[in-house]
Amino acid sequence: MAEGLQQVLTPEGELSGELPFGIDETRRLYRAMVAARLYDRKGTALQKQGRLATYAPFEGQEAAQIGSAAALRSDDWMVATYRDAAAMAYHGYPRTLLVLGRMGDERGGSPPEGVNALPPSITVGAHMLHAVGLAWAEKLRGRDRIALTYFGDGATSEGDFHEAMNFAGVFQTPVVFLCENNHYAISLRRDRQTAAATIAGKAEGYGMPGVLVDGNDLFAVYSVTAEAVQRARSGGGPTMIEALTYRLGPHTTSDDPRRYRSGEEEAEWRERDPLERVRRYLAGADAWTPGWQKAIEAEESAAIEAAVEEAEAVPAQRPEDIFASMFAEMTPQLKAQQRTLLESLA
Amino acid sequence: MAQAINQALDQAMAADPRVMILGEDVGRTGGVFRVTDGLQDRYGEDRVVDTPVAESGIVGAAFGLAVGGMRPVVEMQFMGFSYPAYDQVISHVSRIRNRSRHRFTAPLVIRIPYGGGIGAAEHHSESAEAIYAHIPGVKVVVPGSPGDAKGLLLAAIDDPDPVVFLEPIRLYRAIKEEVPEERYTTPIGESRVIRPGEDVTVVAWGSMLREARVAADLLEEEGIDAELLDVRSLVPLDEDGLISSVEKTGRAVIVHEAPRTAGLAGELIALIQERALYSLEAPVARVTGWDTVFPLKRSEHLYLPNPQVIARAVHRVMAA
Repeated sequence: MAEGLQQVLTPEGELSGELPFGIDETRRLYRAMVAARLYDRKGTALQKQGRLATYAPFEGQEAAQIGSAAALRSDDWMVATYRDAAAMAYHGYPRTLLVLGRMGDERGGSPPEGVNALPPSITVGAHMLHAVGLAWAEKLRGRDRIALTYFGDGATSEGDFHEAMNFAGVFQTPVVFLCENNHYAISLRRDRQTAAATIAGKAEGYGMPGVLVDGNDLFAVYSVTAEAVQRARSGGGPTMIEALTYRLGPHTTSDDPRRYRSGEEEAEWRERDPLERVRRYLAGADAWTPGWQKAIEAEESAAIEAAVEEAEAVPAQRPEDIFASMFAEMTPQLKAQQRTLLESLA
Repeated sequence: MAQAINQALDQAMAADPRVMILGEDVGRTGGVFRVTDGLQDRYGEDRVVDTPVAESGIVGAAFGLAVGGMRPVVEMQFMGFSYPAYDQVISHVSRIRNRSRHRFTAPLVIRIPYGGGIGAAEHHSESAEAIYAHIPGVKVVVPGSPGDAKGLLLAAIDDPDPVVFLEPIRLYRAIKEEVPEERYTTPIGESRVIRPGEDVTVVAWGSMLREARVAADLLEEEGIDAELLDVRSLVPLDEDGLISSVEKTGRAVIVHEAPRTAGLAGELIALIQERALYSLEAPVARVTGWDTVFPLKRSEHLYLPNPQVIARAVHRVMAA
């Protein structure tokens, strides 16, 4: 265990720290993790069937995402990446739209009013600044919403990581930086990404607290995020959290992890499965049965199937629509190009 | 022109508490060109923000501020220092409306002092408007006079979409002109004939307008009546204004100080041949900077188009 690592529940499912909430909430969040995993596996399956464009699985990172998202208020901002569908769905971003986006339809990037989450970032690191700006706007407007942004270990090498952390520190914006250190940026190992012992340690250079947490421990992730959220909301400024976790699957459906890591390493992390850990705890507390597991899997699968069906039933956009969202009003050039396209299709 | 821009910012901030300024040295010193002079005293440090030296940070944070309901006006210190922020502009600022199908928008203004003629150090004289004009989803405007600077900037701040606002460094203190005190806007997307003429259309923007105007005076002495068209808005371009002028005169010379290859003169000439080829009496000429790094002070005069060079190009198209 790394030095200073925050942990509440050991991989064996035994308590080693203080529980942030009771059994009912644990069951609710466990169920959210189960739903996330089902969604993730569905995403990979749909891609293999040619029904989705590339899909970026997050299996193994459910506790890092659900534990942190659960610490947010529903009106807080979430600025996440292409691998954060679990967190985004938990925060209210409709699964139908997440699927629609992965099908290659821009309307997937348009969540309903009231869902304060930007569409998933595809570029690496640049979005962290967007979270800083959103949090800053809330502060200037005298509101107490905060922003949480997710990024991976790879993003910490980008210049925008530095600029975002620096701006957040200087302007004390109410933002939480949550690094899902899943040990690989596509093929590059974490130890080739930075020579620093921990990513959390970088926070000191920006004048903010840095916290290292077992990212496969739902309780610990929730606790440290709740503390960071409270700090931000009460005017105490930003926090950076490094959640140590592991991407059990490939970078995307076009990636083959056997080219850069061993099966033994994957098996080792499979032992630290974030779902299994909570399941063991619940079972030990007589709050889990195989029957309940089957029931929630059936219900969540049905909900996911319904979301996929709904996404696939969305009629295609009209050809002219590709021009219609470039500006509030189309320029004469765009109108002319739109006419040309429509004539060529007639 | 610096004063006119200052007045526009002042009026915008007075009228709308969402308008804020971010940039390097914009607060206490009023910016390296003093364009934001006095505004921090008037509106405070929360609204006129001295930022760390980080251009991507400034534009990336301003993106978040804009999506979050503010109206940021950011200053890049010089065009040659704006490139670290280019990724934020081309990858996010210009795209969020489309990416979210109008759900999120980033109405921010990026002010960029640009162009040569002041004998500055490397990176301080660049004219890279084409790389901004090439980005789908941003507007690009260039005032050529103090009056337009004020009206176009107020229009840019009102605009629901991101606007790159290019300020010709050479004109900051070069032109004295009475600017109306009251708040007014100049529509984005409209060119302006600043000198009517019958024989040839000279097209320019920014500080090249001043060179072209001197050239037109020289030509007038020779009996050549040049029409001078100020493009003002590179995106969206007022194609009808350009075409109707060229149809009238039958000849055109495009002037820009940016490098020649893939410069906007090529775009304008393509439009002219698409829409007005049969009105042309002669091939269209272009007068541009060279495909070189902008030379330092001692060789600057070899690079920048000047009235004599423009007049010679007009002679060529008149002779054809």
